Amino acid sequence: MTLALFALLVASGSFGAGLLGAMTGLGGGIVVVPMLTILFHVDIRYAIGASLVSVIATSSGAAAAYVREGYTNVRIGIFLEVATTIGALVGAALAHVVPTQALAILFGVVLLYTAYRSLRGDSPTAAVPPPDPLGEKLRLNGSYPEAPGRVPYVVHRVRLGWGVMLFAGMLSALLGIGSGVVKVLAMDRAMRLPFKVSTTTSNFMIGVTAAASAGVYLHRGYIDPSIAFPVMLGVLAGAVLGARVLAGADVVWLRRIFTAVVCVLAVEMLYKGLTGGI
Amino acid sequence: MTTPTPRRSTPTPPLDAEIGRPRAWSDRDVEQVVGRLLQAGVVLASIVVVLGGTLLLARHGAEVTAFSVFRGGSSHLRSVSATIVGAAHGDPGAIVQLGLVLLIATPVARVALTLAAFVAQRDRLYVAMTALVLALLLLGLFS
Repeated sequence: MTLALFALLVASGSFGAGLLGAMTGLGGGIVVVPMLTILFHVDIRYAIGASLVSVIATSSGAAAAYVREGYTNVRIGIFLEVATTIGALVGAALAHVVPTQALAILFGVVLLYTAYRSLRGDSPTAAVPPPDPLGEKLRLNGSYPEAPGRVPYVVHRVRLGWGVMLFAGMLSALLGIGSGVVKVLAMDRAMRLPFKVSTTTSNFMIGVTAAASAGVYLHRGYIDPSIAFPVMLGVLAGAVLGARVLAGADVVWLRRIFTAVVCVLAVEMLYKGLTGGI
Repeated sequence: MTTPTPRRSTPTPPLDAEIGRPRAWSDRDVEQVVGRLLQAGVVLASIVVVLGGTLLLARHGAEVTAFSVFRGGSSHLRSVSATIVGAAHGDPGAIVQLGLVLLIATPVARVALTLAAFVAQRDRLYVAMTALVLALLLLGLFS
């Protein structure tokens, strides 16, 4: 395959990755890595480098719109970034102690259970826990745009959410996955934030998580310009379109797409854990 | 687009208005500035990457790809300073890499700007949190 054709095909696939990543708060890595390795036979290290670029492009590209429209809760983002960055450092330190295979299997099972719960129609509005007074103290409560005006919301179970984010940071360091899934789940299930606030705030945060490890990958030569440039431009275009579409998007469908991606990731984790490919 | 009502109205100290100092930043102001910064970073990075990518395709577009073998990248693309030197000499790969470095720097700049905004708001708790995130981030980038 010539470089020109490769760039064209990779950019098209990356467009879809950016669209999906921006709308679900998961980043584009979940699509970019398998696309590059399976379809284009790219070495996994180049794919990881390109995936990192795609996560930052999705995050920044979509967040520019989400933040200004007032979907993203910047305070919740910062508050939880403290947990994920500490978690990532702890995870990196524990890398030689923790049995990553067993962890991948456990994580896969947890993800499948979460997907099953949301497919069964366990709506987060059912049995809402009382608002957390800590949310008021930390000024985490807010409102988000939903036609015709803005809908206010309060934060629940702040400590649980923070704890899950600590775990999310550790997981991404130990298993090498973008922690977007756990971020969305922590805000959606634990803190009971509106779904669009959860996904856009996750989208806001994943860029920082990815940037933290970008330096290392750059020095190791994982980021190859010939692969990364079509990925970045494709993902960015997709993310910008995704951010435009989100306002009118139906939450029920967003949840379904999100759940489908959670299932794919669960199977991937189980496969890696069982075959020892991690 | 959206209603201009502030999302979480920041309690502005009345003292500020009385002595004619500029009003403290509201969270809505912070959102606008942070959004603009992200946009600027992404646009700048894209322009550089498009330029480098076009040159790359013009020079090597007809060559057959071989990405299934990891070669670790050329040394001039693995550090920021070497990338800048390469880009200044018009090397297409280095120009793309410079754009990617700008992209990676965007979230870092976003955290730094948020820190400045919380300092302007005199919100000590969030200044502490953001400073911690920035410190850990820089530690990860330069260690």
